Amino acid sequence: MPPPLIHLSAITRRFTVGDETVQALRGLDLSIAQGEYIAIMGPSGSGKSTLLNVLGLLDQPDSGHYLLDGRDVTGLDDDARALARREKIGFVFQSFHLVPRLSARENIELPMVLAGIDPAERTARVEVLLRDYGLTPRADHRPNQLSGGQCQRVAIARAMAMRPSLILADEPTGNLDRHTGQDVIALLEGLQAAGATLIIVTHDPELGRRAHRQLHMVDGEIVQDGR
Amino acid sequence: MRNADLLQYAARVVRGGVVRTALVLLAMGIGVAAVVLVSALGEGARRYVAEQFGALGTNLVIVLPGRSETAGAGPAIASGETTRDITLDDALALQRSLAVRRLAPLIVGLGAVRAADGADARVREGPVLGSTADFLAVRNMTLAQGVFLPAGDPHHAQPICVIGRDLAKELFGARNALGLWLRIGDRRFRVIGVLGKQGTSLGFNTDEVVIVPVAAAQALFNTEGLFRVLVEAKHRDQVPQAKADAEAILMQRHEGERDVTVITQDAVLATFDRILGTLTLAIGGLAAISLAVAGILVMNVMLISVAQRRSEIGLLKALGATAAEIRHIFFSEAVLLALGGAAAGVAVGLLGQQALIAAFPNIPFSAPWWALVAAPLTAVVTAVVFTVMPARQAAKLDPVQALSKR
Repeated sequence: MPPPLIHLSAITRRFTVGDETVQALRGLDLSIAQGEYIAIMGPSGSGKSTLLNVLGLLDQPDSGHYLLDGRDVTGLDDDARALARREKIGFVFQSFHLVPRLSARENIELPMVLAGIDPAERTARVEVLLRDYGLTPRADHRPNQLSGGQCQRVAIARAMAMRPSLILADEPTGNLDRHTGQDVIALLEGLQAAGATLIIVTHDPELGRRAHRQLHMVDGEIVQDGR
Repeated sequence: MRNADLLQYAARVVRGGVVRTALVLLAMGIGVAAVVLVSALGEGARRYVAEQFGALGTNLVIVLPGRSETAGAGPAIASGETTRDITLDDALALQRSLAVRRLAPLIVGLGAVRAADGADARVREGPVLGSTADFLAVRNMTLAQGVFLPAGDPHHAQPICVIGRDLAKELFGARNALGLWLRIGDRRFRVIGVLGKQGTSLGFNTDEVVIVPVAAAQALFNTEGLFRVLVEAKHRDQVPQAKADAEAILMQRHEGERDVTVITQDAVLATFDRILGTLTLAIGGLAAISLAVAGILVMNVMLISVAQRRSEIGLLKALGATAAEIRHIFFSEAVLLALGGAAAGVAVGLLGQQALIAAFPNIPFSAPWWALVAAPLTAVVTAVVFTVMPARQAAKLDPVQALSKR
């Protein structure tokens, strides 16, 4: 059996709010294999977003160990984590986070620009992504000229630009109507079917049920890990 | 991130915020334009003085009576000691130096000048110069009419004179002054030449002078001593030699006493040059303070930019931008703004310079090359320095917080 893509052991994360300490993650152990489809569910404040941030290397745990692709990434400095995010992880956010002055095409190109990929290759890859996500006719539109669903598709195309093995989606349908949301979920599931690991944070039970594995969190602990 | 992409990304930001960009361009532009204009003023003054000294003659060595330790004003008056006069023969002896091309002894006095034929009895008090034939060449003057004082024995006080053109007009009106007689005090002189237009040189309006033979001036003012001896060296390189020779010859003739002062035009000019150059630098530096003020504005604009673009910065971090890349994005932005402002400032400064030249055509206003280089450079450096803080702030943003909606 190959080593898991993600292996967390005894991960804790505390926040200080005022003079109160909030235990967002309490000694989490978790193993995720390459290609899994996981939904992280739970009430607000249960630590699911914190877990996603730790998995996405945006946040660092206070203690414990995180092995990504067999490599311990717990102690990496900011720049090393930035590089790991660039190469391995694609983010999809609830509020899309597109750069408003850039066109759809340029937003999709952005991760490759940051990575310093050759312009000719960038253009080729962006064209493929635009086609795959049905965005070619809207390629030169700015985010404020696009519908919510189109924005999220641009965001997903951007997340896939660097061909990551791990896709982290935080409430990807939260700002979309039901119908568009289903389109977006279908898109993400398609990526998972093609081999990527998909982790979605949601509190929509219907959405959660579609995943192959559900992690229920309460008060910083995984109380149920069901398939 | 590639440099070209970095610049393009920054250019999009700069083009995006029109008001913000216009503000920074304005501030930077004013600063750079101020430096350019002020240094053009200073440089204009410096060149003006240099030209005035140039008009005095070329490769000049000036011998004046009295000894002073510092080459400056009124040595004999300052020290109060009685000094030996420089006589006409002293002056002529300087011709022995091989470094000397020609020389002109000079006596200066004020005389009551009027036309001698009684047609106009008005008396004009004006400067009377006593010199020799070479004076014209030594002082780079031109003649409009007639001839200058003839070469010949300088001890011979011929009753002839050469007058400035304004004086000729005032004394004789529309008549041709050549051949007419004028009176200085109780002596009569025949006009043999009229000077061409020279204008003012170091406060001396040569259009109003009377030039008589040096011996005549000695008699007129009842003095043996010369006011100055103007010595022209054969070549610029020979100026120091001419100076040394003049000192040696006069020391020998004055029984081993060094009682004259020899200054070179270059030395005086160099002093003025240094003073005005320093002044230009100083006021240029003062103008550069406005650039520092512009820098503070850049910092504020950048801080606002960081605050407004929190989520964009968070996104860039999530997409794998390193702290250095985030900083570079902000620095590129600052440099672009500074370059734009500098270009606008240089353009405005040079336009202002043209306006100054149009207003005061006599003074050669010209922004020196160092100002044209230093002002934009200062603008860029200021912009970068004042962006360090905002850029670091952006680079240090916690991506989780930056991405969260607040």
